[in-house]
Amino acid sequence: MSKRVGMEVSIAVAEAVRLANADVVAAYPITPQTHIVEHLSELVANGDLDAEFVCVESEHSAMSACVGSAAAGARSYTATASQGLALMHEILFIASAMRLPIVMTVANRALSGPLSIWNDHSDVMASRDCGWIQYFVENGQEAFDHTLIAFRVAEDANVLLPVIVNLDGFILSHMIEPHVLVSQDDVDRFLPPYRPHFRLHPDKPLSMGDFATPDIYTEIKKAQEMALRASRPTIDKVWQEFGELTGRRYASVEPYRTEGAEVVLLTMGSVGETASVAVDRMREAGMPVGMLKLRLWRPFPGQDLLRLVGPARKLVVLDRAISFGAATNPVAAEITTLFYDMEPRPRIFNSVVGLGGRDVRAEDIEAVLDKALRADSRPGPVGEYDLIGVRE
Amino acid sequence: MSTKQKPLGWKDIPIGAVAEEYGSASHYETGGWRSQRPVFDPENCVKCGLCYVYCPDASIVMTPEGYPSIRLEYCKGCGVCAQECYMSTFGLSCFKMVDEEEFR
Repeated sequence: MSKRVGMEVSIAVAEAVRLANADVVAAYPITPQTHIVEHLSELVANGDLDAEFVCVESEHSAMSACVGSAAAGARSYTATASQGLALMHEILFIASAMRLPIVMTVANRALSGPLSIWNDHSDVMASRDCGWIQYFVENGQEAFDHTLIAFRVAEDANVLLPVIVNLDGFILSHMIEPHVLVSQDDVDRFLPPYRPHFRLHPDKPLSMGDFATPDIYTEIKKAQEMALRASRPTIDKVWQEFGELTGRRYASVEPYRTEGAEVVLLTMGSVGETASVAVDRMREAGMPVGMLKLRLWRPFPGQDLLRLVGPARKLVVLDRAISFGAATNPVAAEITTLFYDMEPRPRIFNSVVGLGGRDVRAEDIEAVLDKALRADSRPGPVGEYDLIGVRE
Repeated sequence: MSTKQKPLGWKDIPIGAVAEEYGSASHYETGGWRSQRPVFDPENCVKCGLCYVYCPDASIVMTPEGYPSIRLEYCKGCGVCAQECYMSTFGLSCFKMVDEEEFR
């Protein structure tokens, strides 16, 4: 099936969940994620998806229901955003510690206060260390594809971890875009039935989500950390399988016009599309700029980034959230740490853009890149950043 | 996780730290926490079973004769049995909380 179909990205994500034949959807509506689960509830009500749709009273319950259903061996899905993700927070850590392959779409939205329904990444950055595999997608096609990819990775016997697919609220969730869907036959070939390693079943009692005393907690956390790091080869393998199936090839970091670039821009999520316009314009004007699009946030693809930044001496990192009072902002913190041991290391510039739905224009990105081009390339200072477009 | 097993290394942890042996909390003896011990006197007991129902650690088992028997290896000495005892209404609780020091 290679026909391009125009549909809202949220609907495409819900269609991917239908194609994945999820067993349980437990979700609570929250802008800008609502259309996803609204469409899923229609699919279930109309008999197009044979699943249990659990109308919970909060996101805390949505994630708790998914923990229970995944533990019982059901393919489990939910979606949320912003305050909803914050309300799930404590259960996120339980889902990953219990190694339950739940798939969740987060339609990224600013956290209150002040109340904002618009996009930024403050919601997921506040849950950054929840132990889930985390993707950021750039457009509707990537959102559809990664919903399928997420189930395949999460349930792989070598992974067994929950997965978040981050897509920018409104900018993607409410956009009508062309999508190339995947046929049911192809999905069935790509995504075998979920075979849990352990399953809650009365015939074979066992204990999940136990209490741990100080003499074992450290070992359990180390095992969890190693499992997340060890998921990387499977993540790559699944991208390759998906590429062979559909012709759409993905990687942890996608380079864009980085050949000979003196300044490399690092983006996550939908801003990569805007930034590619800026990079094109500047390249046409003869300016040596390129871009890296970070698609995999956890496990963090440090080695890929080091390789792809290559000899560029200046790196511009875009953050879509502020880490209040921190040494630097979330993405910049990772990148700065990554390059600390490198000699020579690039100068790292950090810009915070698009908070609470503030529009990010190609001109804004051009200005940021232009400033970096004109600056010298001596490393440091670390932690300074520009809040793009802020009025004095 | 049992405290009686040889200490596990991180590579020994089952996926999701699942305990395949169910009910393994019984290996975890909490009686050592106790500072007061409930001492049972059958004199007043009407075999109501309230102590068995209310014990938060399920440390009370009922004998075939219908009397409570306390498993001291789990009893934390909270005193709920003494408090909830039906006969305590009349100031005649079957359980008297006694300082552990008395038993040393």
